[in-house]
Amino acid sequence: MNSLTKPRTWEKLFWPFVTAALLLALWHYSVLWTGTKVFPSPLSVKRGLVELIHKNVLWRDIGDSLRRVALGFGMAVIIGIPLGLTLGWYPAANQVVNPVLQILRPISPIAWIPVAIVFFGIGDLPAIFLVFLSAFFPIVVACVSGVSSVPSIFRRAGRNFGLSPLQLLARVVFPAALPQILIGLRIALGIAWLVVVAGEMIAVDSGLGYLVIDSRNSGKRYDLVVAAMLVIGVMGLALDIIFRRLEKIPSIRWGFRDAS
Amino acid sequence: MSLTEVVIASRPVEGKLRAEHLGMVFERDGTSMSVLEDITLDVADGEFICLVGPSGCGKSTLLNALAGFVAPTSGTVTVDGEVVAGPDPRRILVFQERGVFPWLTVEGNIGFGLSEMSRTERKKRIAHYVQMVRLQGFENSYPSDLSGGMKQRLQVARALAVNPDILYLDEPFGALDSITRVIMRGELLRIWQTERRTIFFVTHDIDEAVQLADRVVVLSSRPARVQDVLSIDIPHPRNISSPRYLQLRDDLLKQIGLAYTP
Repeated sequence: MNSLTKPRTWEKLFWPFVTAALLLALWHYSVLWTGTKVFPSPLSVKRGLVELIHKNVLWRDIGDSLRRVALGFGMAVIIGIPLGLTLGWYPAANQVVNPVLQILRPISPIAWIPVAIVFFGIGDLPAIFLVFLSAFFPIVVACVSGVSSVPSIFRRAGRNFGLSPLQLLARVVFPAALPQILIGLRIALGIAWLVVVAGEMIAVDSGLGYLVIDSRNSGKRYDLVVAAMLVIGVMGLALDIIFRRLEKIPSIRWGFRDAS
Repeated sequence: MSLTEVVIASRPVEGKLRAEHLGMVFERDGTSMSVLEDITLDVADGEFICLVGPSGCGKSTLLNALAGFVAPTSGTVTVDGEVVAGPDPRRILVFQERGVFPWLTVEGNIGFGLSEMSRTERKKRIAHYVQMVRLQGFENSYPSDLSGGMKQRLQVARALAVNPDILYLDEPFGALDSITRVIMRGELLRIWQTERRTIFFVTHDIDEAVQLADRVVVLSSRPARVQDVLSIDIPHPRNISSPRYLQLRDDLLKQIGLAYTP
């Protein structure tokens, strides 16, 4: 393949397919050669997956995980974006809040689990809270840096046309920072999806994370464990693909090209 | 030659734009640096002024002070006798590049300053200026799909759309290739002749100044003072190989110490 020519459509699909096939083959024969009784082969995982689909638990678990992510991530967006914009807009406020933010940010959401249970007991709420925490900090940070890196030329042009500070924020600063905010949202959604699985292993009895841990605990069904893991991977990829479509919106697209 | 002199003489005595004893001192690391010193200018209504000077002498600083983006350390700027206290839609600054909003279409950019206007009025105004800067067919394009020259035309259209008295241009064609630059000068002259706004144009290009301006203001090196003001008494369209043109161009080169010495 010449790097200068665009790969053809069949090539774009063919080579990833080959990689996946090789990996599956490696997995399959490793299971055969080692003679393991615990770890499942690709075929038994496939049977496990079919079983999950037939028992109807899979759709409910996917739905529950998605709902928790939607609620936690949604809350993080609703609170994080206005807060981030404000902090980016008023550097003085940012100087006051930033140190606290920087201390809280590196704490893994997993470390919050005991606190989440103390706050919210057992059930949906602590899991949603963890998702919220995991998404909140990347969103705030992306908004702050997005706003503060808006070129001064845009602000000056906006002021020149007589905009009030609030109009300037809405009509110039926010759209100018939006591509960077969107990158932050995408990272946050990825982390949220990682964290919801962890959260579901502790505080609830549904969702994909619960499916993984429950399959192991009730009869060491590692075929179902791996099947659930694959579903988690595919769902995460699907979320990311859906989110990337936002980058194609014309009023945002300019921020994702090399040349403006 | 005499024709332009008559035109200049017939203008009202008090100017559109006045800078009086303008001074600008920047404080940096405890030391103060004087950038502008005692700048006094008088610009008539509808006049085309070019500002030239050695690079880094404070041309942009002066422009920003005139446009109200920075407050001068001393002296005042007045427009129609009214002291300039900040940026104002009646005086629009056009930047060298990246001044258009990349998240808005051509129409969105031109209509940016017209949000108070009724829909139909706004549409009409946008269509008028799309036509004026010859961007027909690109109404719904985004700046990323336009060439450098088109983006600058768009910026000029966005500025003109709010009907400003004064247009400040900060090396607006500086980032364009030389052919596009020549075309853009012609376009700007055409627009200036139909719209008759006061234009204050910063450039580092001597030819640009002699081709465009009624008067050329020459700044000295830092701290910048007004070294000279040259009247370009050649009617438009200017023949750039006429003896008078070459003489004025030579005068200007001498002013900034770049004249040919055998």
